[in-house]
Amino acid sequence: MGKPRVALFITCLVDQFLPHVGECVVRILRRLDVEVSFNPAQTCCGQPAFNTGYRDEARSVAARVLDLFDDADYIVAPSGSCTSMVRVFYPELFADDPARLRKCTQLRERFFEFSEFLVNVLKVEDLGASFAHRVTYHDSCHLLRELGVEEAPRKLLRKVRGINLVEMQDYQLCCGFGGTFSVKFPEVSVPMGEDKVQAASETGAEYLVAADGGCLMHLAGLIHRQGLPLKTLHLAEVLAQQEKH
Amino acid sequence: MDDTGIHSNEIHVGASRTLGNARLLEAYRASTLRLYTHRLQAISEVPGFERLCDRAREVKREVIEHLDSYLAQFADNVERHGGKVHWASTAEEVCRIVVDIAHHSGAREVVKAKSMLGEEVEVNHALAAAGIRAMETDLGEFIIQLAGERPAHIVAPAIHKTREDVSELFVTHIQAERTVVPEQLTAIARRALREMFQKAGMGMSGANFAVAETGTVVLVENEGNIRMCTTVPRVHVALVGIEKLIPRLADLGVFLRLLGRSSTGQKLTTYTSFLTGPRRPGEDGPEEMHVIMVDNGRTAALADPKMREMLYCIRCGACLNTCPVYRKIGGHAYGWVYSGPIGALVTPELVGIGQARELPFASSLCGACREVCPVRINIPDLLLHLRSQAQEHAPKRQESLLPERLMFRLWAWGMRHPLLYALGTRLARWGQVLLARRGWIRKIPLFPASQWTKGRDFPALAPKAFRDRWKQLRGE
Repeated sequence: MGKPRVALFITCLVDQFLPHVGECVVRILRRLDVEVSFNPAQTCCGQPAFNTGYRDEARSVAARVLDLFDDADYIVAPSGSCTSMVRVFYPELFADDPARLRKCTQLRERFFEFSEFLVNVLKVEDLGASFAHRVTYHDSCHLLRELGVEEAPRKLLRKVRGINLVEMQDYQLCCGFGGTFSVKFPEVSVPMGEDKVQAASETGAEYLVAADGGCLMHLAGLIHRQGLPLKTLHLAEVLAQQEKH
Repeated sequence: MDDTGIHSNEIHVGASRTLGNARLLEAYRASTLRLYTHRLQAISEVPGFERLCDRAREVKREVIEHLDSYLAQFADNVERHGGKVHWASTAEEVCRIVVDIAHHSGAREVVKAKSMLGEEVEVNHALAAAGIRAMETDLGEFIIQLAGERPAHIVAPAIHKTREDVSELFVTHIQAERTVVPEQLTAIARRALREMFQKAGMGMSGANFAVAETGTVVLVENEGNIRMCTTVPRVHVALVGIEKLIPRLADLGVFLRLLGRSSTGQKLTTYTSFLTGPRRPGEDGPEEMHVIMVDNGRTAALADPKMREMLYCIRCGACLNTCPVYRKIGGHAYGWVYSGPIGALVTPELVGIGQARELPFASSLCGACREVCPVRINIPDLLLHLRSQAQEHAPKRQESLLPERLMFRLWAWGMRHPLLYALGTRLARWGQVLLARRGWIRKIPLFPASQWTKGRDFPALAPKAFRDRWKQLRGE
C-alpha cells in the first residue's frame, strides 16, 4: 500500500494571515508518512458569502472547490469552520443541482478537519511534540457543534510532552467571532470575545489554543488591542513543536 | 409610554442600550445563567432525555404536517364540550373578537394570564381602546405592565428587572410601601391581583398545548394566577396559536416532561391545568369558554417547507438562556415580543422579513440554541435561510460606498480566479505598509474592516502567503 495522499485545503485565512499554521500542518503530516499536496488553484470555500445570505455568490465560489481535489485520498483543512462549510452546508447549497450534489457527496466523505483526521482517520494521538507550557483549548463552534469534534484536539494536546492542559470556564461558549457577525455586530462580538479572553486568562494559561483561524484572529486582535499577556496559537502550531536537543 | 410596533430593524440601538447599562447586563447574565444551570441539572436526572426530545420532535412534525385535520378535530371537540371556537387570521381580528366577547359579556375588567400570543396581537391595547381594563396577573407580566414594557424573555418577562426596579415600580404605580424583600414584593402584587380577580368579568389566557383528541387547552404555571384567570371570572377566553396542537392526551407526558425542565429546570410546574369546555352542572369554572385559534402569519411559515420547523417551538426559552448574544443584548433589543434565537426566527416569519431583516444577522451561528432545543429546531440553519431571504430586501442602513451585494459579487469574482486572488492579496500587502505596525493594524478606515478595528486590532497579512511558501516547502 502506498502512502496516503492528502490534499491540503489550506483555507484563505491560513493562506493569507497564518501561513505558519499551514507549514506546521505540512510538517506534521509528512512526519506521519503522508504524501502532502497543495493545489494553488484553491482560494476560499465560499463561507463568507453563504454566512451573509448571498447564496448565488457562495455557490459560484463553492462550485470550484468541488473540482479541485479529484485525485486525493483525503482533503484536510486546518479549520473546523471551512470543513463544516464543505461537509454540512455544501449539500444545502447544491440541493437543486444533482450533478454537483453527487460531486459534493464524494468530496465530503474524504474531507476532514486537521485534528479529526489525525485522531479518527490516521489513528494517531502522540505526535512526539513537546511544549512545556500551560495551555487552554477553545472549542470553535463549527468544529464542536457542526462536526461534533470535541475530544480529538484534546487527545492530541494531552500527548504533548510537558504540556499543562487546563479547561477554562464555559469552554464551549462562543468567542463571538461568527464570520461576518464580527463586523456586522462588533458591539456584541467584542464583549463576547472579552469574556472568552477573561475565562482563558483566569486559568493562568500562557496560551489560548484553537483549531480555527477565525476565532484566533478575533481573540488575538482583542488581546493585542488590550495589551494582555495571553498568547494565541493554532492547534497545529502546538503539535509541531519538537523537543530541543 | 407603552411600547408598541415593530422595532426589529433598530436592533443595534437596542443592543447598545443594554450593553451600555452595567446593571441591566448583570441582571441578564445572572438570570440566564441561573435558568441555564437549572435546566442542565434537571435534564441530567432524566434517563433518555435525548429520546424524549426525538419523540417530541416527531409528534410536532406529525402535527405540523397535518395541521388542517388536527385543527378541525380540536375545534370539533372544543365545541362538543360546550366551548365556542373562533378563527382569527390577523392580530386585528383577534382583538376584535376579544373586544366583542368582552362587550357581550359586559366585562369592564379583564384578568390576564401570561400569554405571548396576547403580547403578539397587543390585545391589552385593543381592550384599553374599547374602555376595558386588562390586568396582567403573572408576576413578571404584572411588573412589565406597570413599567409599560414588553416581555424581555418569553418565559420570564421581567428577567431584566432587579428587586430594586420592582420596588420602585410598585411604589410609583400602586402606592405600595417601599421594600426589596422578595416575599414582601410578592405579597404586594398578590394584594393588588386578588382585588382584580374578584372584580373581573372575563379572564384571558394563552395555551401551552391544545389537545386535538379531547379539545383540551393545557396550561402550565407556577403562581396559580392562570387557574384563577380561567376559573373565577364568568367568561374565559383562550388565545391559541394554531401551532400549539398536539394529537393525543397521551403525548402530553412527553411535552410536560420537556417543558418544565427546559424552561425553568422544574420537573413539573406547580400547576398544570386541563381545560375542556366551560363548567358543567355542579362544577366550578366559567360559564362560557371561548377558544380563539390564531394564524397571524403562521400559515405563511407553514407554506415554507424550510421554515415550517419553527412552528415546532414550545416556547420553553432554553435557547434564550444559552444564547451568548441574547445574554449580551437582552430581550428588548429584538424589537418585538419574541426575543433570542427563536425570536430571530419567529419575528421575521410573523411580521415579514422586511420589518425584521436585521434579526437573522444578530447571531454568531454558534449552535448553542440547537443543542438545548427540546424539539431540536435547527435554529442556525433556519437563520442562514432567513439571511438569504433578508438579502432580497435592501437594508435601511448603508455604511459602505459599495452596496454589500456588489462587494460580495466582486469578492466571489476574485475567489473564482486564483490569479485575481493572488493579485488582490499582493496589492493589499503593499497597501497595508501604510497601516501596519509590527504585524498589527490599529485602524482601518475602510468599511467593513473599520467595524473590526472598533474594538480589536486587525492582523496584517503575513509577509508571504502560504501559496508562495509552498514552492519552497514542496521541495523540503
